[in-house]
Amino acid sequence: MNPLLIIKLVIKNLLARKGRTLLTILGITIGVAGVIIVISLGAGAQSLILGQVTKLGSNLLYVQPGKTADSGAPIPGLVITSLVESDAVALRDRSQVPDATGVNASVKGSASVVWENKSIDATFMGTDEEYSKVTNFTMQAGQFFSAAENTGGANVVVLGSEISQQLFGDSGTNPLGQVIKVKSSVQSQAGGVPLRVIGVIAPRGSAFTQNQDELIFMPLVIGQEQILGIHYLNTISIKVDDAANVSSTIAAVNTVLKQQHHILDEVNVDFTIHNQADAVKILSTITNALSLFLVAMAAISLIVGGIGILNIMMVTVAERTREIGLRKAVGATKKAVRNQFLLEAILLTSLGGLVGIIIGILISYLISLLMKYLGYDWAFVVSVLSIILSVGVSVLTGVIFGLFPAIKAAKLDPVEALRYE
Amino acid sequence: MNLINIKNLKKDYITGDVVTPVLDNINFKVDQGEFVAIMGPSGSGKSTLMHILSFLDRATSGAYEFKGQDITGFNDNYLAELRNKEIGFVFQSFNLLPRTTVLDNVKLPLIYSQKKNQDALAKKSLESVGLSHRLNYYTNQISGGEKQRVAIARALVCDPAVIFADEPTGNLDSKSGNTVMFLLQQLNDQGRTIILVTHETDTANHAKRIIHIKDGNILSDEKVRVRTIATPDKSLIK
Repeated sequence: MNPLLIIKLVIKNLLARKGRTLLTILGITIGVAGVIIVISLGAGAQSLILGQVTKLGSNLLYVQPGKTADSGAPIPGLVITSLVESDAVALRDRSQVPDATGVNASVKGSASVVWENKSIDATFMGTDEEYSKVTNFTMQAGQFFSAAENTGGANVVVLGSEISQQLFGDSGTNPLGQVIKVKSSVQSQAGGVPLRVIGVIAPRGSAFTQNQDELIFMPLVIGQEQILGIHYLNTISIKVDDAANVSSTIAAVNTVLKQQHHILDEVNVDFTIHNQADAVKILSTITNALSLFLVAMAAISLIVGGIGILNIMMVTVAERTREIGLRKAVGATKKAVRNQFLLEAILLTSLGGLVGIIIGILISYLISLLMKYLGYDWAFVVSVLSIILSVGVSVLTGVIFGLFPAIKAAKLDPVEALRYE
Repeated sequence: MNLINIKNLKKDYITGDVVTPVLDNINFKVDQGEFVAIMGPSGSGKSTLMHILSFLDRATSGAYEFKGQDITGFNDNYLAELRNKEIGFVFQSFNLLPRTTVLDNVKLPLIYSQKKNQDALAKKSLESVGLSHRLNYYTNQISGGEKQRVAIARALVCDPAVIFADEPTGNLDSKSGNTVMFLLQQLNDQGRTIILVTHETDTANHAKRIIHIKDGNILSDEKVRVRTIATPDKSLIK
């Protein structure tokens, strides 16, 4: 029997029961749409993470105070003061750490920023001039503070674009030269520390949950002593010239800091070096695991959809028993009958798959629009592989779950089938 | 040459340990061009006999030669091919495909054959039963008599050696039934072998020979002395 004729026949049979056909394919449609969406979201998340990395700058190391506890998180409330500015100075020694192109010491905290009658809660960074060497950014206006301003503890501040907008946007005032006051709960100076705005950083967006445009930057010593009232550091960021030198630099940083802290025994190490690449790897592993889990859920939906196909094909075979008997009487072989019903099942699941692919792509696209609207660098990616996979799985589901009813139809005794009421 | 030659045919239905004999020691021959009626009350085994003769079922024992060939050892695929080429069926309940046009119904046996020009063959077949004007009608849009004529066209389309008609007038009014019997007689006059299965003497008398079956045995096998000739329906006179 001509396969084209079978397809024509099958389509006619499916069209004859539009409602039932639609309900039957729903399970497959949901499953396939799920697979497409999950794979697309996975790719989107991947692109987001990579985007964040390039935003912060690549090949970065972060040194933070305290030993990474294998036994669990540090005790809450415990303040570790082991990291100090002289450590950063020592790390700038090129004979000790040859591949570092920038070493930036910083503290971080939250404070109220006041200008005239406006007060905004913001996150501030007390940092040094090497901030520009470890992070990618451009200035929208003015400039970042210099080495001299930093070491001299000049009362200057650089604003993130959003903070600047929030403070000065309404009145149209040029932020450069304006004096703002920064207040924190721990400082002694009443009314806050007055700082003169010398620069505004161009918009950068978010990186790892921190909106970079809502930060303000001041010389390290101002942040440490006048606002936080401390003498230690939160973080030293180190930029490595090439990805190939990251591990040798980690070793060098480790050696320098142990010398600085007079540590002989590994057990007493009081700092931790984080590698940005490791963090990316961990994040990718998490997204991949999550994707795998969601794909597994979609696979369950496909199996349930397949059982739906099995069920409806059994009903179809029972309903069309007389037709099967007639076909056999006029010369259909077992193979011809089997192929007809198998093809019907495959066509059903393929149709379901096709609709699923379209819906999946649409939803993925809508999600990417939403993510972009929320300010994330979300790429809309539909991989060819996921489409091929979906088509393959749909056809396979049809074969697997259509085979049993098709064989059952093929095995019907023509005499019994013709008598069937 | 005999078209059909059966010797010592026996058929038992086996359900678990219970063996029910349906046909026992059946012997007869049918020549090319005959018009035979197989008669008997329900449960006599006449339908089972027809199913065996038309390769839909197999005998428990005995020999069946079709066109001089012993078919008892043939496999299912070969029997399907034989049914397609050599047998045409007309059923009491028509057995037309629903939601399908008259033309496509008639084409059904052709799609399982290797024949070319299937549309032309189907149209020619429908013309011979006077239904050229119904080609694209759906089977639920035509009358019972027309349905049975479509079934006859379907039976004829592969140019079979023999047509089996199982109670072909059973679901029809007398006028439509008369038309169907007229068509069968006309086909027989053209040389086609017809085997009619019925329990009605009036219908059986349209044949040339009647085989009576009762309780699985042949009761009698004789020529029809006074044959009923069906009058043609006016719509069929060209």
